[in-house]
Amino acid sequence: MEAFIDDWGLTLVTFIPLVGALVMMAIPRVNESMHKAVALGTTLVAAVLGVLLLANFDYGAAGDLQFVVDKSWIDVINSRYIVGLDGMSLPLLLLTLGVVPLCIIYSFAHFPEPHNPKTFLTLILVLETGMLGSFIAQDLILFFVFFEVVLLPMFFLIGVWGGDDRRYASLKFFLYTLFGSALMLISFLALFFLADGTVAESAAATVNTFDMRALSTGATSVIGRSAQLWIFGGMFIGFGVKVPMFPFHTWLPDAHTQAPTVGSVILAAVLLKLGTYGFVRIAIPFLPEAAAAWAPIIGLLAVIGIIYGALGCLAQQDMKRLIAFSSVAHMGFVMLGISTLTDFGINAAVFGMVAHGLITGMLFFVAGSMKDRYHTLDMNRLGGLLLQGPKMGWILAFAAMASLGLPGLAGFWGEFPAILAAYNPAEILSAGLWRGYMVVAALGTVLAAGYLLWMVQKTAFGTPTEEFENDPHIHDVTAFEWIAWTPFLILIVVFGFYPNLIFDLTDPAVIKSLKVEGLNGTAADCLEMAKSAGEACFADLRSALGSGN
Amino acid sequence: MHAFLAAEGPSAAIQAGGWFLENVWIIPAIMACSFAIILFFGKRMPKGGSEIGIAAVLACFVLSLLTGAQWISEVNRADNCVAVEISEGKYECESHEGAGEQASAFGEVLGAAEEESEGAYGAGLKAVVSERTWWSNGGVNFTIGTMADGLTVTLLAVVTLVSSLVHIYSTDYVAGDRRFTHYFAFLSLFTAAMLFFVTSANTLQMIVGWELVGVCSFALIGHWWEDQANSDAALKAFLTNRVGDMGLLIGMIVLFFASGETWSIIDINKLAIDHTTSHTLLLISALCLLTAVMSKSGQFFLHTWLPDAMAGPTPVSALIHAATMVVAGIYLVARLYGVFFEGLSIAGSSINALALIGGITTLVGASLAFVQDDIKKVLAYSTISQLGYMALALGVGAWTAAIFHLFTHAFFKALLFLGAGSVSHAVHSFNMKTDMGGMRKFMPTTYKTFLIGSIALAGLPPLAGFWSKDEILVGTGGWGFFEGKPHSNGAYTVMLIMGMITAAMTAAYMTRVIYLTFYGEFRGGHHDDDHGHADAHDAHHGDPHESGPRILWPLRILAFLAVTVGFLNLPPGFLGLPKGLTERFGHYVEPSSAAKYFPKINHADPSWSLAIFSTIVVLSAVAAAYWYYFVKVNRQSPAATELVNGPTSRSSVLKAGHTLLKNRYYLDHIYDSGKPVPAVGAGIVASLFGLAAGSALGFTLDNGLNQAFLPSLTWGLSLGTVVFGIVGLALSTGVGVASFVKKPLAWATNWTHENLLDATVDQVGVRSVQAAEAVYKHIDQGVIDTAVNSAGAGSSGAGGELRRLASGKVQQYGTIMFAGATLLAGLMIIII
Repeated sequence: MEAFIDDWGLTLVTFIPLVGALVMMAIPRVNESMHKAVALGTTLVAAVLGVLLLANFDYGAAGDLQFVVDKSWIDVINSRYIVGLDGMSLPLLLLTLGVVPLCIIYSFAHFPEPHNPKTFLTLILVLETGMLGSFIAQDLILFFVFFEVVLLPMFFLIGVWGGDDRRYASLKFFLYTLFGSALMLISFLALFFLADGTVAESAAATVNTFDMRALSTGATSVIGRSAQLWIFGGMFIGFGVKVPMFPFHTWLPDAHTQAPTVGSVILAAVLLKLGTYGFVRIAIPFLPEAAAAWAPIIGLLAVIGIIYGALGCLAQQDMKRLIAFSSVAHMGFVMLGISTLTDFGINAAVFGMVAHGLITGMLFFVAGSMKDRYHTLDMNRLGGLLLQGPKMGWILAFAAMASLGLPGLAGFWGEFPAILAAYNPAEILSAGLWRGYMVVAALGTVLAAGYLLWMVQKTAFGTPTEEFENDPHIHDVTAFEWIAWTPFLILIVVFGFYPNLIFDLTDPAVIKSLKVEGLNGTAADCLEMAKSAGEACFADLRSALGSGN
Repeated sequence: MHAFLAAEGPSAAIQAGGWFLENVWIIPAIMACSFAIILFFGKRMPKGGSEIGIAAVLACFVLSLLTGAQWISEVNRADNCVAVEISEGKYECESHEGAGEQASAFGEVLGAAEEESEGAYGAGLKAVVSERTWWSNGGVNFTIGTMADGLTVTLLAVVTLVSSLVHIYSTDYVAGDRRFTHYFAFLSLFTAAMLFFVTSANTLQMIVGWELVGVCSFALIGHWWEDQANSDAALKAFLTNRVGDMGLLIGMIVLFFASGETWSIIDINKLAIDHTTSHTLLLISALCLLTAVMSKSGQFFLHTWLPDAMAGPTPVSALIHAATMVVAGIYLVARLYGVFFEGLSIAGSSINALALIGGITTLVGASLAFVQDDIKKVLAYSTISQLGYMALALGVGAWTAAIFHLFTHAFFKALLFLGAGSVSHAVHSFNMKTDMGGMRKFMPTTYKTFLIGSIALAGLPPLAGFWSKDEILVGTGGWGFFEGKPHSNGAYTVMLIMGMITAAMTAAYMTRVIYLTFYGEFRGGHHDDDHGHADAHDAHHGDPHESGPRILWPLRILAFLAVTVGFLNLPPGFLGLPKGLTERFGHYVEPSSAAKYFPKINHADPSWSLAIFSTIVVLSAVAAAYWYYFVKVNRQSPAATELVNGPTSRSSVLKAGHTLLKNRYYLDHIYDSGKPVPAVGAGIVASLFGLAAGSALGFTLDNGLNQAFLPSLTWGLSLGTVVFGIVGLALSTGVGVASFVKKPLAWATNWTHENLLDATVDQVGVRSVQAAEAVYKHIDQGVIDTAVNSAGAGSSGAGGELRRLASGKVQQYGTIMFAGATLLAGLMIIII
């Protein structure tokens, strides 16, 4: 059993949803309950497999890749089928495995127009494969393929089942992300041609390689500084669009507002994390020197995003759009953590990803359910939810509290350690600058409380407006909603009380990702030197490897 | 007047221990469980979950007393022993004889054993800390745990006692409320959070507890959230506190790194006291934390949320907004006293930000309490004023006095609030002028207990408030300045004057409250249910009547405490009492400096003359107010509340002053105006005010004392500027801007979003399509296609294919994206 999990676990967990999707294609469209059963069944099987992976995961070696499979794939370009899981990707994998079945359960009672469960659920299953694959891929081309697989199902989910303005939103989402992906792909190709796999300690012995293990253990140090900066820039835009970072975020409010509830939840809970995951898994470990050069800009855009997103929230009348803007602000905290280039900050970022996934996912669920009842999310027309649906009102208030970073709930552990890390960024960065960022970010927490409580006050407090006073459609949480939401609520509390459930996993992996051990730890040392010394240190590294430049 | 230093105290400390002290986590855990049970099962219980809450909180009270008793016995054990070093830095207790024997056995003479023959100062006592791993980051493990010492057990006792009484009181007061169960659930959660906060072993836990109590306060202020005014008040409270929390987060982060990456309260204090931590960083973190204290503990000028918080149910006001939560800021300073003591140089100066803000707050609060018509608002401003007293005391180095005042204040202020609630329960209003008067006839027990609370608050001997207030006044340095003694460290004469004026004002406004509420003629009778709940009393109109036993017994118990708790800390040598009867509170509560986490502070000598003088001041204030209300107003008409031709109508200066107070110094106008100019203006005015106040104080003090004039002036100047500048800035960017942000700034951002960023994206799309169309039309069709066509008849079919492919919108987009990407790719490849 253990050997089976080791060899097949990751592959199975990733492709089972795809198999489910294929099965569903064979089932006639009218047979809706069958579709529902298959979709839920497949995702649950995947989730159970995920639990098995969790059980077989060696926590003592959370920093190392586990369940690794390395098979030849596209030999022409030396791209291989390499998958693996470490402490950094495990929480995100489990988050995906958990969120998708819950979304499917939720959708049973909430199929948006034009209905068609077959296609809707098939798309979600394909989407799941894409997301899971992105978190386990250890080969750049494989990663890229999964990364792009995600796009299409989401494009259709928004474009077909979305709101009034769905065409515009879906096309914008698709093209914008594709534009980023193109630059990312170029960067990947540049890495392939410029890096030297033989320099790395691990795995690949070939010169040109897409093997992420090799690329993150020193294969890239033969690349000249300016080339590194450009490659990082390409990935920066590619991942930055996905995060989304200010000023590449404009697709997000539209996509979120127009997407069906389940689409919004998956978008917020998992899709956005692909961008930040790219930073911590690929951009920074591959190119620490370039990361150090880009970090001030990342940090700046992050804090602008925090304030900008918060201000954007305060200007909204539409509840869903408000929550979408809050994502911009929250991902700003995640990016701020990443920009510090410290293990502390990156751990905070990974925690922030999971926490944001749960909390914002929860907020979108409630917003979606409110839309089902009120048929509007215009906050000027809402009010008194606590009277008409007290439980739902309290869940909304609870999620808002979690979102504003209340200690004791999950959001705090993404936000506070990120602010903390900003006080003390990697040595090579300017501490003064990040302390400035820290203060701005702290101001962002005040604004967060402002817009979230304002939203709660507008929608949940007070008395219902005349329009909805006696509307019989407005009822409290239903059974399906309870099933879908309870795990979210429980996890928000559990992670809030005992954050080590995640930190314990991510910490070794993050430390390792920064160490670049192939070079005897020197790249990590360079990050921990003052600016000029650090840059000289990186230059030494390169010349030692005979590249110069 | 610090000639007399308290005996040096023990030089070594032993570790305290004991089951209750080590397992103090159980106390907040019980309340947390109680919250969960009430939340999930409360509605199904016969008494709506209140029985669970009461049982839990009583159990906690008993446990707290046991914990306290254990601490006291540990202090006694330490007193009667000699600390013997058993290993590096670790001491153990030996009894006198044992120590002597051991000493001779080792051939050493332990000085302590010989000199301290009475054992009055034995060993110090270290706090009990129990910890577990909580989270890890960057390869470092961070712990969660509890810390128990005298301060902790004091707060445990206060919180659980007041909470118990409030629970019992509430079963009557909010009976019939539609959210009865919810109310009790939040009372439990609040108590749990507060207990968690006071038992915190590290600063991170303090942040957690700090914010959790804030949320409970939010939920309970907005208990009747159907009404917009209530949810506004709740929001205001939360947001104002959030501004302070910004300071809390930054302050704690600075402290974390300044102390070599530790959250441990004990370690942070230790490093601050032995000057390992950089003084600049200590100053910065102390000032940042001060912002947090200002918001949570209602210090000027972030106090404006507290009076609004009275929108919540009265028992909540008593528990949260008077006795416990609002003292969290005071507790924070007391807990991290090493940081504030060193960071603000409390020992070595005659003015500092904490004392200054405390002093201003106490005056502002007391002056505003004068003009309120709402009895709860009077008490709210009075709370602000008393919290200012505590901050002032901490600022002048009178730690024990501050905590003792916290202790006594909790009882008499809870008593006053609950008394006010009892009155309002009868008249269904809080307005003294329109709905009260002559209440002593209808509610004799409430009247008597309220009177006791008022006397205690006014600080007349021998009630509780007198003793703690007197200690604070003594702690400011007493008469030193007036006796022409040379400038001694820590002579805070300005604070003494401020404290004295406040004492007079307090006595006067409480006399006013007593008159308006309980004397004169009953002015009510029209029953508008003002506190929002439909209770049985609505059924029978007519004369108000005394409340039931569940309301009266808490009042009686609190009244008893308001009379007696002052005796816990009689001044040393009072009436020739033996040492074992005086200063008990200080002895058991104040951490020993030998434990290394508490600074060595001076203890001022008690002063008969000061006590007598302050009593005379208070009595004259009472007499003045008595003459005005009980004599003049009453003579005009028993139903009158003010003189028709009173001083404010005769003197334009007084009238202006009255208007200023009525408008609460216009602070709320600034905060709520939603206009940027006043908000920023407030920041600037505050900075200037700080500048002026700081320099004036520095000048007066040090010119008068003719010593170290220039350094002190500079200090005063820079201090005023820094504190008020920072806070003013935080204020104008925080609270003030909150409303500004909501409108113009947010809209501006949204405009930028839609018209700049998003428009750019759209334009790129549109222009690309246009470019593509141009390419298609001119190049594809014009050049290539022509070329293809002219290439020969054989290829003309292929041309047609191309044309078909190149039509359609999505393809166009695809082409553009691909073209764009290729262009960029080319660019990058060239550069690389």
